[in-house]
Amino acid sequence: MLKRKDLLGLYDVSAEEIDEILQNGMAMKKLLRQNIKKLPHLQGKSVTTLFYENSTRTRCSFELAAKYMGAHVVNIAAESSSVKKGETLVDTGKTLDAMKSDVFVIRHPMGGAPALLAKTVKGHVVNAGDGMNEHPSQALLDMLTMRENFSSLKGLQVAILGDIRHSRVAKSNLFGLKKMGADVRLYAPKTLLPAGLDKMGAKVCTSREEAVEGADVVMGLRIQLERQHAGNFPSLGEYAKFYGVDDTVMKYAKNGALVMHPGPVNRGVELTSALIDGDTSRIEEQVLSGIAVRMAILFLLTKEEI
Amino acid sequence: MILHNARAVLKDGVKKVDISIENGKIKKIASAIKGEGIDLGGLTVLPGLIDMHVHLREPGFEKKENIESGCRAAVKGGFTQICCMPNTKPVTDNKVVVSYIKNRAREVGLCKVHPVGAITEGQEGKNLAAIGAMKAAGAVALSEDGKTVVNTKLMANAMQYASDFGLICLCHCEDHALVDGGVVNEGYHSTLTGLKGSLRAAEDIVIAREICLAESLGVPVHICHVSTYSGVQLIRDAKKRGVQVTAETCPHYFTLTDEAIVGFDTDTKVNPPLREEKDRLAIIEGLRDGTLDCIVTDHAPHHYDDKNVEYDMAAFGISGIETSFALSYTQLVQGGVFTVEQLVEKMSAAPARILGLEGGAIEEGGVADLTIVDLNEEWKIDPALFESKGKNTPFKGRTVRGRVKMTVVDGEIKYKE
Repeated sequence: MLKRKDLLGLYDVSAEEIDEILQNGMAMKKLLRQNIKKLPHLQGKSVTTLFYENSTRTRCSFELAAKYMGAHVVNIAAESSSVKKGETLVDTGKTLDAMKSDVFVIRHPMGGAPALLAKTVKGHVVNAGDGMNEHPSQALLDMLTMRENFSSLKGLQVAILGDIRHSRVAKSNLFGLKKMGADVRLYAPKTLLPAGLDKMGAKVCTSREEAVEGADVVMGLRIQLERQHAGNFPSLGEYAKFYGVDDTVMKYAKNGALVMHPGPVNRGVELTSALIDGDTSRIEEQVLSGIAVRMAILFLLTKEEI
Repeated sequence: MILHNARAVLKDGVKKVDISIENGKIKKIASAIKGEGIDLGGLTVLPGLIDMHVHLREPGFEKKENIESGCRAAVKGGFTQICCMPNTKPVTDNKVVVSYIKNRAREVGLCKVHPVGAITEGQEGKNLAAIGAMKAAGAVALSEDGKTVVNTKLMANAMQYASDFGLICLCHCEDHALVDGGVVNEGYHSTLTGLKGSLRAAEDIVIAREICLAESLGVPVHICHVSTYSGVQLIRDAKKRGVQVTAETCPHYFTLTDEAIVGFDTDTKVNPPLREEKDRLAIIEGLRDGTLDCIVTDHAPHHYDDKNVEYDMAAFGISGIETSFALSYTQLVQGGVFTVEQLVEKMSAAPARILGLEGGAIEEGGVADLTIVDLNEEWKIDPALFESKGKNTPFKGRTVRGRVKMTVVDGEIKYKE
């Protein structure tokens, strides 16, 4: 059982807690592999997904995770809700709390929104991605995928390349992986690389080769077209040429190094199609890990009450 | 009225004296003055504090603050004169609004309120506001506060035209394109929280521009709420060259750093943003060596609803007028940076000099604006006890030293604890 009401990020989660989630997630994944999708863990509980930002995979993943464990699930998307009528997050939270929602899964374009909701409601809050802050379940599913392949995260060399500045995934992975004893290298155009990452324990690299050199895992992060429009780089083509990962760059990594990506992928931008579809790719595996780890999170947060 | 047994901060040092007041003026300062009066029991008497950067929100945003609540807060904070910024609704860009504020403040009858007029009509950065008419109605300075006049030629014209009327531009320095929606300082803590950062350069570039204009045109300029180490250096260098530049900072910039934003407390959201330790130390050094002339509050009261939202959506600003003296005294005098006389220079004499206001000193024949404080009293900041409608302070729960006991304006007691 997690000793916390909410899961807002991995910054203040201990290695022991991460380990517990991963252990539990691996057990869940085993059941999913056997196609067992009717578990009693969340029976009689209700889970609300509150998405203020478009998402297909994360929302579906949380919804299925909750449903496989028997929870009632309500999905609220910002477009169709009272948010459009100008209701504040605090008021929306209070209303749903009054409806006895046990868990709130929130995605929000602004950093800190899940923390505000957590202060407001009695139910558990799970951050499903807030602005440029954190995306803990994504990092946990990434770590679960790595752990299955390497048995331990300790000493693992993980290279993350892409839009680091706007990525909550990179940060949650950095916090989580460092706690589990892995090393994290980061690389991006300077315009997409925020300050202070070295102070957080990352090795900030000056070339893709340096980042990938001897890596066990190479993770690409999505480059959004809007970043080009904001003048962070001239074009996606130029990005792919100078910052993307292809077979030539992968030669610097360890033999058989895993290729990962939180999705959705821009084929031929962050990673070449050959890598995405290759033997070392774990991108589809990550999706299954996602449901498993979210089942573990929902279970462990609500466990004491069962 | 006679104030007996005062420890007064005079121009030639701190002295034990009695002070007699008649017709709003200080009549006599002597070691013993006979007659009925108030025994201060050795409390410290300062020249009335002056805050040249305050938001009173009236007209237009009375939910956040009004002239009455703002003035109550001011005298409780020890201020005898305050200057209120023009980002009201309607904008203080004409003589009618200037007169309204002055009249309302006179009716309230607590501290003296000096309106600051907008530089451009509607603070839209297009046409100069009615600068002469506002001066005639009582405006003491001009500012586009909360905004920068983007068009450099228009700003040059404003500074020159204003100087014809003896008015100085108080410049809020912010390159809006570079800020690009940033809400905190760009650095380790913006990355940690994922909140969008704003570079020091966004402030420094406009500080440099205003200095260049003042230097080229040979007119004075005043830089508002300096928050960066590099901005302090720009001003220091300009002063050395003889540019007529003065500058202010606020207690939050020499007390807090952006470490305070971790946890997303929206009361830490302020513009310019809280910076890093090297900025905080440079601000203190700037105050010490005279680069920064004065301490203001940028008192920015907000309603609870404006802060109880996502950090990105929260209003910028700190309700600071009731904590300014204690924070400054604690941080700077207790902290060993300078003496109480030097603090008085920053919080009273310098603002009076920059804006040509009366006061700023305790002297015979001078205005009887006095702030009486207990420099030994420790107290805990509790926003629930604020007179201001704005309870938004990142200093809630902090223990500070130095408490305002009484505020005298034009010889009348306007606040007594």
